[in-house]
Amino acid sequence: MFYRLSGVHHANYVSDSRIFKVPADRNLAIFIFLFGLAAPFLLPSLYLNSYMLPWLIWTAAALGLNLVTGWAGQLHLGYAAVMAVGAYSAIHAARFGVPWEFALIIGGLASSVIGSLFAFAALRVKGLYLALTTLAMQFVMDWVLTHSPAISGGSHASLQSPTLALLGQDITSDTGYYYVAFGWCVLVTIFMLNLKRTGLGRALVAVREKDFAAAILGVNSFYYKILAFAASSFIAGVSGALLVATFFFLAAPEQFSVAVSIQVLAMVIVGGLGSIIGSYLGVALILLVPGLVNGIVAGGSQSLGMQINVETLAHIPNAVYGALIVIILLIEPLGLGKLYGNIRDYLMVWPFDQLRK
Amino acid sequence: MDWIFLSELAINGALTGLLYSLFAIGLVLIYKASSVPNLAQGGLTMVGAYVVLALSHDAGLPLWLAIPLAAVIMFGLGFGIERVALRRLAGRPVVMILMMTLGLDIFLRGTTLAIWGGTSRSMELGVSYDPLFLGDIFVSRIHLVGAGVAIGLFVAFMLFFRSRTGIKLRAIADDYMASWSVGISVERGVGLSWALASVVAVAAGVIWGEIQGVDQALSLLLLKGLTVAVLGGLDSILGAVVAGIILGIIENVGSDFLDPLVGGGSRELIVAAVLILTVMIRPHGLFGRHDIERV
Repeated sequence: MFYRLSGVHHANYVSDSRIFKVPADRNLAIFIFLFGLAAPFLLPSLYLNSYMLPWLIWTAAALGLNLVTGWAGQLHLGYAAVMAVGAYSAIHAARFGVPWEFALIIGGLASSVIGSLFAFAALRVKGLYLALTTLAMQFVMDWVLTHSPAISGGSHASLQSPTLALLGQDITSDTGYYYVAFGWCVLVTIFMLNLKRTGLGRALVAVREKDFAAAILGVNSFYYKILAFAASSFIAGVSGALLVATFFFLAAPEQFSVAVSIQVLAMVIVGGLGSIIGSYLGVALILLVPGLVNGIVAGGSQSLGMQINVETLAHIPNAVYGALIVIILLIEPLGLGKLYGNIRDYLMVWPFDQLRK
Repeated sequence: MDWIFLSELAINGALTGLLYSLFAIGLVLIYKASSVPNLAQGGLTMVGAYVVLALSHDAGLPLWLAIPLAAVIMFGLGFGIERVALRRLAGRPVVMILMMTLGLDIFLRGTTLAIWGGTSRSMELGVSYDPLFLGDIFVSRIHLVGAGVAIGLFVAFMLFFRSRTGIKLRAIADDYMASWSVGISVERGVGLSWALASVVAVAAGVIWGEIQGVDQALSLLLLKGLTVAVLGGLDSILGAVVAGIILGIIENVGSDFLDPLVGGGSRELIVAAVLILTVMIRPHGLFGRHDIERV
């Protein structure tokens, strides 16, 4: 139907290696991009700032984790720690007087360096044991953050972020914050879309599928694993810095705790490993639905005249969040991206169904 | 260094370590049968403690009745979790199974707190808080009881693995394809291992609930349980007990040395360091099998 392949011919390599081979995909991407550009004029500022902005920044972060977990196949349970490194270094740099553009890059590079340490664990073990090591590293990082006042900002363990300023412009309006987040998310998305067209992306996929088979093909799996960790950590660092600069305004160690690492991994897996649109959907589901359900329960119980304990209400989002992970994994272990892919494949040959397997 | 003080630290550390073993035994039971790293053990422990509380304090049953009843309920819950959530993921990549157990953990924690509320409650086992002196060494009574329970469970499982059902479980742990072909129901065996781990979670929940109160913090013991399980070898119950003692001693004595240097709170750091070093140096742990795939 919408995704019609009829009339789409790839007669040369250039056209065959386009990002969007199906016109409908390109049109959808352009439509979403235009909607993102126009969002400040379409949505009230409450929705813009408390839903759209975190959604975009977390999507950028989730795409970074997807690079290392989805593309390179390395489990990573310490992603929030890497984000924390970026956030704290960028904010310290900005407080020191470094322009924000450079502060963000410093944050990203600092994250890359620390994130590559995680890669050395990946050089030794994989699978479950890698997950456990990165989890332990996350605890070490948490400990360092909470126990060094020089980093976390003194007795109250919070660090005020200075006013964000990019290209000589102070950014203080909601719209401004939104566009910064939007710009970063678009950049990361374009990088990830292009990744599968490059030698790097193919090498990462080869390492994921079987590292010694990749080695036989001449792919240096050590090098590409470190590269994957460094690149994803850079994305994590800048995302973490932007998260604090445009959303929290105050950096605190709890913002980058183990629970957050698990949350980002949940976003990636619920979205679908290696799927870009899946990351968008996964973040939306994990970030927004629990609050939504809570609102519905609170509203519903009020209109029905039932009394629900305040404490119960406070814990419902958590229960819903866990239930969402379980349910999505039961329905489709490959995530929302795969569900979207199924619909797309079906529409591609509609009204026939020979693509269904 | 005062020798009496040092041995006091070591003995109390070993007792605490045996309490971590309570956690680790649950992890090992499931990992042995199905190679599933059960990160939901913390959530299960919390549910176990809250169910005991609900039966004893809310429903007014005496503790000696409430605890076995809770064990029966948790047995069913563990069986159910395996049937509904884990069986459909069999054969999937470990990342999805890991995420499933993490999701279960979050769900169990959220649901428990939504039902019973987050304020810390006490278990009131009736164990006296008076210090117990063995010679010059001061020992906490409840830790002693807990260590006894851990060792009791260990002996019980050793005996259980000699029974007919236990031998089936061992066969499944060894090679599930072969077990299948000789007519052992692998599904039921794996389900049973989840049920047994949930029963162990009741024991851990009761003892830890008595020590630090029944609240969300119970599930934070997961890192220590995991470290003990990995250090002992993920598929060895004996390993879980020995590693528990070792980790407890290292943690207690080490933190006493390190705390003045780094300004307190070095326990977490030591546990994380032990976990990282174990995985880096000897991923199969002290007593685990050597079939870990290295890069």
